[in-house]
Amino acid sequence: MKYSNDRQRTFMLMTIPVVLLFFAFNTLPLIKGFIYSFTNFKGYGTYDWVGFRNYIDLFQDARVGKSYLFTLKMAVLATIVTNVVSLILALGLNSKIRFKSALRGMYFIPNILGALVVGYIFNYFFTYILPSLFNTTSILASTTWAWVGIVVVCAWQAIAMNTIIYISGLSTVPEEVYEAGSIDGATGWSKFKNLTFPLIIPFFSINMVLSGKNFLMVFDQIMALTKGGPAQSTESISFLIYNNGMAGGQFGFQSANAVVFFIVIVAFSVAQLRFTSSKEEQL
Amino acid sequence: MNVKVKERYNWPVTILLILGLITVIFPLYMTIVIAFKQPSEMTNSIAGILSLPKSWSLSNFSEAMRVTDFWRSLRNSLLITGVTVVLSILLHSMVGYAIGRNKAKKKWYNLAYLYIVSGMFVPFAILMMPLVKQTAQWGIANIIGVILCYLVFYMPMNLMLYSGYLVNIPVALEEAARVDGATTWTTYWKIIFPIMSPMHATVAVITALSVWNDVMTPLVIMSGSGLNTLPLAQMSFQTQFGTNYNLAFASYLLALLPLLIFYIICQKQILNGVVNGAVK
Repeated sequence: MKYSNDRQRTFMLMTIPVVLLFFAFNTLPLIKGFIYSFTNFKGYGTYDWVGFRNYIDLFQDARVGKSYLFTLKMAVLATIVTNVVSLILALGLNSKIRFKSALRGMYFIPNILGALVVGYIFNYFFTYILPSLFNTTSILASTTWAWVGIVVVCAWQAIAMNTIIYISGLSTVPEEVYEAGSIDGATGWSKFKNLTFPLIIPFFSINMVLSGKNFLMVFDQIMALTKGGPAQSTESISFLIYNNGMAGGQFGFQSANAVVFFIVIVAFSVAQLRFTSSKEEQL
Repeated sequence: MNVKVKERYNWPVTILLILGLITVIFPLYMTIVIAFKQPSEMTNSIAGILSLPKSWSLSNFSEAMRVTDFWRSLRNSLLITGVTVVLSILLHSMVGYAIGRNKAKKKWYNLAYLYIVSGMFVPFAILMMPLVKQTAQWGIANIIGVILCYLVFYMPMNLMLYSGYLVNIPVALEEAARVDGATTWTTYWKIIFPIMSPMHATVAVITALSVWNDVMTPLVIMSGSGLNTLPLAQMSFQTQFGTNYNLAFASYLLALLPLLIFYIICQKQILNGVVNGAVK
């Protein structure tokens, strides 16, 4: 009895301070952000309650709409590119190749590098190297193409991560499955579609969630490549909240934007979890 | 036998993969050659930019170190990453243990688990502005505030990892220690904490990589203090670099170097850690 008291007290003492810390730096600012979203706070000075004004304005604001469109477009393309390329890479790196571990190690390098510095390096590449190769202007200066540059840089780093996860997925597929498959005459694409892919679906969903969510929250790459330009064509939601909320005097308004963004992220994550678990049940 | 094994290598795929490496190596190659060159060597043609430098002089690097106050930024980065990693391992494993051992039976612990794990869905963008106000009010708009934020941001993930790992550690181990008269507190630190060391390695790797490369948190929280982390310094000094790309690239290379060295030394642990963190 004495022991179980000590045990319970220790468990409580271990949990409560950490939960309080979590509350102070996660839940408390979340609540504050929610409250600010109903004010016309500029980030300094006094402010008034404006009710749902910010939310109504939000849905009529062309710049906010544009940033959602850009972020979504960018996240969708980057997720597709990343997953297709890394799946192909992983299949290659998992086959019977020479220098296997060296190649795997090299292909992971982009992931350990900081996104901001990588962005600055690619900025130079897009501004000076590519144009003089193809005799064109920089794609980062074009309102139609700048977003593709951001997709390329985001994918370049994310591919490294997703490939490693696909490789660990492929290594869980037992050799016997392939042997049985080859007796049935499965080769190439049909082997991949009917044998390999269904077995690595859990890893596919990890990668979709991981890359999708990261791309929706993109910030560093925007900062290094375009700063939202040209003509605000590459402002991601995070960038807009940072830029206008912190320095642009729109603290209250961008808080409303952040609340909506938070709901979008939650909806995205829940939808993806639902979708994934229903897929896995089918197997 | 040996010959047979050699014949089984898939050479076409190997060669394709080696060619594909250009996409990884080219940006790094570009960074290195530009970092070593003098501005006068950078003619407007591609050959001028991408050829090897005439001499491998380190002058760009010493200049970049001076301009960006490299050693101070490096010290800040090391301090923030080091303290965050150590405290994450201590605090997150402890709360992972307390919650993991109780969440199946006790409602409150299960609620605490779900409460913290749901923090994973909260994007930094919504916390950012209130956190800036809050850290300023509490007088921690500095390295301490940044570390506290990180401890909270990585808690959901690390809690999941630790309490998941705990399932494999039998409670019987703790009961054996109880017979010897040890309290739960000592049992945890003497027996359970050491057993969880594979998970400590995973947590250390993912936390260190994310913290080291993060820009947004120090950018908004420490911006008033004049302090830089190594990546943040690259942003702060953009205007000083101007069009001297050789200086800028020397600075970028210096910023990338610590993690590249770290990766070369513990590649295996990093790859394992990253995979464990994502898959578990």
